[in-house]
Amino acid sequence: MAAVQETVDRVRRIDVDQYRYGFETVIESDKAPKGLSEDTVRFISAKKNEPAWMLEWRLEAYRRWLTMTEPKWARVNYPKIDYQDLYYYSAPKPKKQISSLDEIDPEILKTYEKLGIPLREVEVLEGVVRPEGERRIAVDAVFDSVSVATTFQKELKQAGVIFMPISEAIREHPDLVKKYLGTVVPTSDNYFATLNSAVFSDGSFVYVPPGVRCPMELSTYFRINERNTGQFERTLIIADKGAYVSYLEGCTAPQRDENQLHAAVVELVTLDDAEIKYSTVQNWYPGNSEGVGGIYNFVTKRGDCRGNNSKISWTQVETGSAITWKYPSCILRGDNSRGEFYSIAISNGHQQVDSGTKMIHLGKNTTSRIISKGIAAGVSQNTYRGLVTAHRKATGARNFTACDSLLIGDKCGAHTVPYIEAKNSSALFEHEATTSKISEDVLFYCVQRGLSQEEAVGLVVNGFVKDVLQQLPMEFAVEAQKLISISLEGSVG
Amino acid sequence: MNVALAKTETGHALSDAFAVARDRLPGAGKVAEARQQAFEAYERVGLPHRRIEDWKYTDLRALMREVLPLAAPPDAAALKRAAAALKLHAIAGVRRLVLVDGVFAPGLSEAGNLEKGLGIRTLRDVLGAGDARLQAQLLGPENTDSMVALNSAMMTDGIVIEVADGAALTQPLHIIHIASGGTPAAMFTRSLFVLGNAASATLVESYIAAEGAKVYQVHDSLIVSIGDSARLDHVRLIEDGREAFNISSSQVTLGAKAHFNTFGLTSGSSVSRYQATMAFDGEGSRVETNGVNLLNGRQHADTTLFLDHAVPNCSSREIFRAVVDDRGHSVFQGRIIVRPDAQKTDAKMMTRALLLSDEAEADNKPELEIFADDVTCGHGATTGALDESLLFYLRARGLSEKEAQALLIQAFVGEAIESIASDSLRELAISAAQRWLAARG
Repeated sequence: MAAVQETVDRVRRIDVDQYRYGFETVIESDKAPKGLSEDTVRFISAKKNEPAWMLEWRLEAYRRWLTMTEPKWARVNYPKIDYQDLYYYSAPKPKKQISSLDEIDPEILKTYEKLGIPLREVEVLEGVVRPEGERRIAVDAVFDSVSVATTFQKELKQAGVIFMPISEAIREHPDLVKKYLGTVVPTSDNYFATLNSAVFSDGSFVYVPPGVRCPMELSTYFRINERNTGQFERTLIIADKGAYVSYLEGCTAPQRDENQLHAAVVELVTLDDAEIKYSTVQNWYPGNSEGVGGIYNFVTKRGDCRGNNSKISWTQVETGSAITWKYPSCILRGDNSRGEFYSIAISNGHQQVDSGTKMIHLGKNTTSRIISKGIAAGVSQNTYRGLVTAHRKATGARNFTACDSLLIGDKCGAHTVPYIEAKNSSALFEHEATTSKISEDVLFYCVQRGLSQEEAVGLVVNGFVKDVLQQLPMEFAVEAQKLISISLEGSVG
Repeated sequence: MNVALAKTETGHALSDAFAVARDRLPGAGKVAEARQQAFEAYERVGLPHRRIEDWKYTDLRALMREVLPLAAPPDAAALKRAAAALKLHAIAGVRRLVLVDGVFAPGLSEAGNLEKGLGIRTLRDVLGAGDARLQAQLLGPENTDSMVALNSAMMTDGIVIEVADGAALTQPLHIIHIASGGTPAAMFTRSLFVLGNAASATLVESYIAAEGAKVYQVHDSLIVSIGDSARLDHVRLIEDGREAFNISSSQVTLGAKAHFNTFGLTSGSSVSRYQATMAFDGEGSRVETNGVNLLNGRQHADTTLFLDHAVPNCSSREIFRAVVDDRGHSVFQGRIIVRPDAQKTDAKMMTRALLLSDEAEADNKPELEIFADDVTCGHGATTGALDESLLFYLRARGLSEKEAQALLIQAFVGEAIESIASDSLRELAISAAQRWLAARG
């Protein structure tokens, strides 16, 4: 049977620890001195050629960070992070001034090729036979601390869409950046967001002008390559009145024995009638089967539905990272605004996931939906932590939450910690959660019909997460489906 | 800054109160040592506040501000007022055990002529007499929660009930806490219920106030140990005065094949918190824990339940309902933990809140923590207003708005009340709910 051969091939392709993207690119890089101080912040700001106001902003965040303590409430355990033992800035050494994509260091291009990310527009454009209706994706590739390439800039410019590394946007569109940066996630928001505000090095900036439907999917691909380096990227997406944009994010890192820190901040703003769809496939290196190494993923993601009738939708497939600490949230400020959160979090080996969302209903007739599927295998711990709250004035607020957990094996844990707060009588909240293991009957049924145990589990799991996968853009859905089978392989029995 | 200041001020006041009260607290030697440790544990934290996760929604530093001094033992006038209050809340066919201002009142109680297999003593007696086995159980609670620690330090009196193996009590036991309404004060009580193997019993607890009782604080705790194949039915009714504080904890341990059916209704007190831990210690046991909060005015009621599935093959059911009117604030926190070896656990929790006014607030935190794979666990939570179309249906049939609401509210809380196994106890809960609805007008 074809399926069997496919599985065998896949198993052969992946190494013992089942991480496909664990290779390292040997490239000379330009680093900030190790450790964190005001000088580091100044160094990064200078490297980025930033205006004075930006440096001030960073320094203020840094000073505040010094007064803060690391949050301890999440259900994750890790040894104390030595913030002085990290590099806060690392960029591939430029061989010369780059003027076109062809001049990018071939090593880096090769890296992205290996990852399956098309950076050469030519190839993308001349792609032999393109199936009908296939969409093109503009990619911003972030390698350690800097953006190395952004494709399709010309075409996007024609539509009026600004899509560029945030470091460039700070120089070229200071008014827009000033107006929105830090308005959704303030510099003082939390420990990791404040750290990010002080030392963020790059990330994507998107501005979609009023009434424009972004002509293609935008995507950023994050890659941590350098040893001992933290990645602190900052993404800011603004959909002006009536605009629409779909944004994809992917992440991988090499396989290393030490833990690496990733503390990102993502801010989304939608004005009246605008919509942002944000999809993530997070596949940072999760550590080996003994729990050594892996990325610490401490991310603050928040969207602000500032305008009436606006919508923000988060979709995430979380399979990587040693530790995930991430709560993409929606502030439903505008009347009739809508927030959505679709999540699949899969943990295996020694991974620890503490993820969920916050839906904060402030405006009238705001609606939100949360669909979360957690799958725990190996000796991992998988927690859903979510807040749904309706404020006094949020008349007619509605929420539906379903969070299901699936346990594979008896050494793992699945936890659900919902907070449901209603301060308005017309708010209608529904929440349901279940935890179970894959039913023996269902497995038996599949096996009886000729599927192997592993395939049967794959089938059930895919059915379990179907609601969420359907929300992903097509290109990602395929990738996500593959990821799911890889993350779970070896967890049966 | 204000918070820190408040803490030290009340902290000092309380350390003095503890020093003064010490002579009146029963027990010497080990008991006194345990009290000292518990008090130190309390002092380290002080009143719980919103930064402590378990107390997130019930910030006692803001709501209660300070712990009142220990109540004086009731005098003749106090006992008389208590007796009057008792008449209004008397339940037929039960054995009454009355605590007035936190002190056992033999004159109002029926502690004699006991059924075979039933033993009743007071906490004061047990702590004073040096009964090591019972003392160990009474001093069992850890000092991790500061309000439990405070109770351990200050407990003055309570009822210690023992039911022998195989005894099936026909008469329910009714512990009544009465605040007699003297000067504003705090009462600290702790009761113990030891149910032998294959025994069965019914326990009712109620909290009431004598006329004229205004500001007072109830700090109560109950320790229950249910033997193998035993069954305990338990109902608690909080009908304290509208300016009162009621902070109660209970710790229940179940042996194998045991059954615990418990129901709590809160309609009284200004601020109340009931925190219960139910731990399975033997296989094949079952817990049904249900509750109702009926709140109006500026009442704040918090029910926090913790079900600890430590062994395999146990089941638990939680049904909770809150009806909140005016500026009331209802809190439900339910936590189910299924420990690594507790396979075949079947746990379900359902919490629903009904908001009757735009200023009412309901916070729900139904939490699951699962470490075993072969389990069925689920929880659900809903919050909303009364269904307009149902109201319209009833109005169209000639009911007034209040009547229509009352009918729907009764049906809403009925689901939680229905699970009370004994008919007479169910009636008790229904009439308490009806009293609340009637008071609504």
